[in-house]
Amino acid sequence: MQTLTQRLANPTRFMEISRAALPWVTAGAALFIAYAMYLVFFVAPPDYQQGETVKIMYIHVPSAWLAMMGYSIVAISSFGLLVFRHPLADVSAKAAAPIGAAFTLAALITGSLWGKPMWGTYWVWDARLTSVLILFFLYLGLIALRSSLDDEALAGKLTAVLALVGVAILPIIKFSVDWWNTLHQPSTAFTSTVDPSMRTPLLIAAIGFTLLFIALHLKGMQNEILRRRVKTLRLAEVERGERLFSARAE
Amino acid sequence: MSPFLALFKRDLTLAVREGAALGTALGFYLIVVAMLPLGLGPDLKLLGRIAPGILWIALLLAALLSLPRVFEADHEDGSLEVMATAPLPLELAVASKALAHWVSTSIPLALLAPVLGLMLNLDIAIAPVLVATMLAGTPAISFLGSVGAALTLKARRGGLLLALLVLPLYIPTLIFGISAIGFANLGQEGFSASFLILSATSLASVALAPIAAAAALRLQLS
Amino acid sequence: MDLGPHAAFIWASYAAFVAIVGALIGWTFFDGRRQAAALQDADRRGLKRRSEPGPKQDGA
Repeated sequence: MQTLTQRLANPTRFMEISRAALPWVTAGAALFIAYAMYLVFFVAPPDYQQGETVKIMYIHVPSAWLAMMGYSIVAISSFGLLVFRHPLADVSAKAAAPIGAAFTLAALITGSLWGKPMWGTYWVWDARLTSVLILFFLYLGLIALRSSLDDEALAGKLTAVLALVGVAILPIIKFSVDWWNTLHQPSTAFTSTVDPSMRTPLLIAAIGFTLLFIALHLKGMQNEILRRRVKTLRLAEVERGERLFSARAE
Repeated sequence: MSPFLALFKRDLTLAVREGAALGTALGFYLIVVAMLPLGLGPDLKLLGRIAPGILWIALLLAALLSLPRVFEADHEDGSLEVMATAPLPLELAVASKALAHWVSTSIPLALLAPVLGLMLNLDIAIAPVLVATMLAGTPAISFLGSVGAALTLKARRGGLLLALLVLPLYIPTLIFGISAIGFANLGQEGFSASFLILSATSLASVALAPIAAAAALRLQLS
Repeated sequence: MDLGPHAAFIWASYAAFVAIVGALIGWTFFDGRRQAAALQDADRRGLKRRSEPGPKQDGA
């Protein structure tokens, strides 16, 4: 029996499966997010220390998780491309990078807006915020490298190498940023011990946004497959045109 | 003479003979360090405190400038293909090129740092520590940078892209370099910890970066 | 639903989040439509994929 990844290796079968799964994933995402938002705005209690601003946590923390999940998807896809030559690995990496970058940006902006009421400034060189900022730079590097090369196949493979280098050095960067942070600043006063009553909405929101990420990733992959089909069709048309032209010229 | 040394000697003589690469890096290093006080203000006390940071960051940027040349020259005249098919593994060829870049560019920049430090009211007592951390940290700069150079070999706007790709990889080296200087400055015992981690990062880069760079080059040449 | 003194920051961060994720969803959906349209256009012009049966005007 072929493993799932082998069965998904064939683009047309992937299109069938993802077309079937997409509505369910999207519906699931909408359901969970709606329920989470209901809980956040109508049920969850304010935090004893910072009051209502804790509501920002329900979108900030899932965004940061998805930022990291996105990078691991890109890394796994890159590994699949370089080691297993999986035909859809490049499509998956190319689709996942912008989504991950968008959630990283969302995490940074919501984190900064959360920082203002809590720490008094929009940007604090806190270890977590700094690591997410660096993760954002790694995403920018991936997207920039891929877009600056004309040969798509080569661009995919080179971006895969960069992604693997990035994922290899990420723990060292995280360690060095934490070390750097303890040098200059005692650990932030607000230790986020999440009260159980807040943990469930957070979990539901996280599930909802993860499903949203998967739905966007599947749809992004479908678009990429269609784009490549259109491109090959057009190239074939151009070549056929040239053959006709040269045949008529003789 | 082993092929590795032969290649290393060749790259070194090329780099030294074509002094322009080193010249531009030193020139850039000088002008960045000279420009910053114009922006930050002439307050010597402030400059003295942030001098190590300025010198380190300017060094990173200056080394970055001369990195594209590491592969471009050989790529243009086709000798890169020859190296890829030579008996010497491509990883070692890449390592020798990065080593040549380290010796021909990073070391002179590091040795020049205390001289430029005078402009920033750098406390002379910590100058040796500054140079020591730079010498220990720059292998990571050259080797990780060679991965970036291999990735952006055929890219448009390669130099700019190289900076965006490689600077995040320099963060551990920068942080541990500066923290080592900070500890030495205050005479605390944290110096050895930072310095050891700094050297460990460099050694890890020397060992692992050529693998990634060679993989990227093989993709470029295939 | 009183959001306390820092209500502005709560709304601002939710607005930013909705803007970013909304743009992402919008772009993905729009890109999907665009690719499907391009594919139909190619279909209309009689371009066939190798794997697809159907009338194939082979070149000379």
